[in-house]
Amino acid sequence: MIPGARAVSPAARWLLTGAALALVALFLLVPLTAVFIEAFRGGAAAWAAAVRQPDALAALRLTLLVAVIVVPANALFGLAAGWALGKFDFPGRSLLVTLIDLPFAVSPVVAGLVLVLLFGRTGLFGEWLARNGLKIVFAPPGIVLATLFVTFPFVARELIPLMRASGSEEEEAARVLGAGFFQTFFRVTLPNVKWALLYGLVLCSARAVGEFGAVSVVSGHIRGRTNTLPLEVEILYNEYQTQAAFAVASLLTGLALVALVAKAAARRFSPADAGKRENR
Amino acid sequence: MSIEVRGIVKRFGSYTALDGVSLEVVPGELVALLGPSGSGKTSLLRIIAGLERPDAGTVHFHGEDATARDPKDRKVGFVFQHYALFGRMTVFENVAFGLRVKPRAIRPSEDRIREKVEELLHLVQLGWMQDRLPSELSGGQRQRVALARALAVEPKVLLLDEPFGSLDTKVRKELRRWLRRLHDEIRLTSLFVTHDQEEALEVADRVVLLHQGKVEQVGTPEEIFRAPASAFVSEFLEIRPAGG
Repeated sequence: MIPGARAVSPAARWLLTGAALALVALFLLVPLTAVFIEAFRGGAAAWAAAVRQPDALAALRLTLLVAVIVVPANALFGLAAGWALGKFDFPGRSLLVTLIDLPFAVSPVVAGLVLVLLFGRTGLFGEWLARNGLKIVFAPPGIVLATLFVTFPFVARELIPLMRASGSEEEEAARVLGAGFFQTFFRVTLPNVKWALLYGLVLCSARAVGEFGAVSVVSGHIRGRTNTLPLEVEILYNEYQTQAAFAVASLLTGLALVALVAKAAARRFSPADAGKRENR
Repeated sequence: MSIEVRGIVKRFGSYTALDGVSLEVVPGELVALLGPSGSGKTSLLRIIAGLERPDAGTVHFHGEDATARDPKDRKVGFVFQHYALFGRMTVFENVAFGLRVKPRAIRPSEDRIREKVEELLHLVQLGWMQDRLPSELSGGQRQRVALARALAVEPKVLLLDEPFGSLDTKVRKELRRWLRRLHDEIRLTSLFVTHDQEEALEVADRVVLLHQGKVEQVGTPEEIFRAPASAFVSEFLEIRPAGG
């Protein structure tokens, strides 16, 4: 129990708890429910028709494709960052740790604009890309890059503190026992961070699927080709196709709910593991 | 196998942890590296294991220069001060680790691994604990698992960093007698770090006394007691009266 909690009278405690729950309901549960109510307002058939629109399906496909590329890439980058910044001390380390938070600090729109400045037709690499027939901005590669940038901190931020706290002793023990770099990594380092990694990946995939700002700048909004689910929702909404917008939004919400359940599961496992690490 | 270090220098920034240390451990000997904290003894042990690179000087095993050798190829057993057991593996898997990571060509069969691990756990009197996790063991038990794990790969030398440092007095005394007996049994060239003079004098064949990164005196416990080489030695040995 929180120190001092006893000092609060039961009535006040109920009142505070009730107020907190009411706020949660008002700001979280009501909108969530509203999405599904609006989505199914015209009945299941209308929902299915909206979701089965070729443009909506294309957006769903693109969104999943982006997630499938971005999430494993982040697992790799996050592990590399966590390992380098968690297990080693070197000049510039704290600067790097700060830089990892940059995508959280910078507005996603700015991130998108930077990509346009670099890879757009008049951008730094624009001419070279055009000459080689490569298209990044207003095409899926740009969307992938924007999403990668925005989601980069999730895994790394989960792993750095954990890897820092667990130190390098187990790795050293493994090396002295004859394990090579990859054996040490896969048998010792990775198992020690697997739940935190999973947790970071769930957050990362939720964001990858839902990202709007950065993707909106680089996508070009070509329906059926460069629209992700969030962009498709916006277009539908702006065209006053409210029911269709909510139907597509319900897909997005469904993906988010799956991520939340997965996150809760990862959380459930990780504290138990943390307990086993005690007293070592 | 013998251990010989020559002129080891190790600096951390502007701080000199080891300042030209040379010492030799002959095959089958149990040597204590004794000194107050900050005397550089752990750094020296880590350099011998290859976990740390010296700024100058060489490490020889069996007369061969091993200074540039990777820790995994040095054939040393290392017992860490806080054991560094693999927290997610059972006692059995901890001990089996060194056997499982051997290259396929020389890796023992699963049956042979089991046999070997059980034999080692029996040796350290923990046979009935093999399915526990390290967090479920007492300090003394963890210490013995760490030792069994180090011995599993049949090292040529054994290095122990403050092996009794984090144990309470009673367990410590028991365990060090046990270690002495174990050493008499297996005769493995061993070097252990300690800041406790009583421990060093009771367990070791010879004692190397380190002070501020330099070797202050080398000799058998009797020699050091009879003829302390410097004011520091006599002072350090008298801080805690012998036998106390």
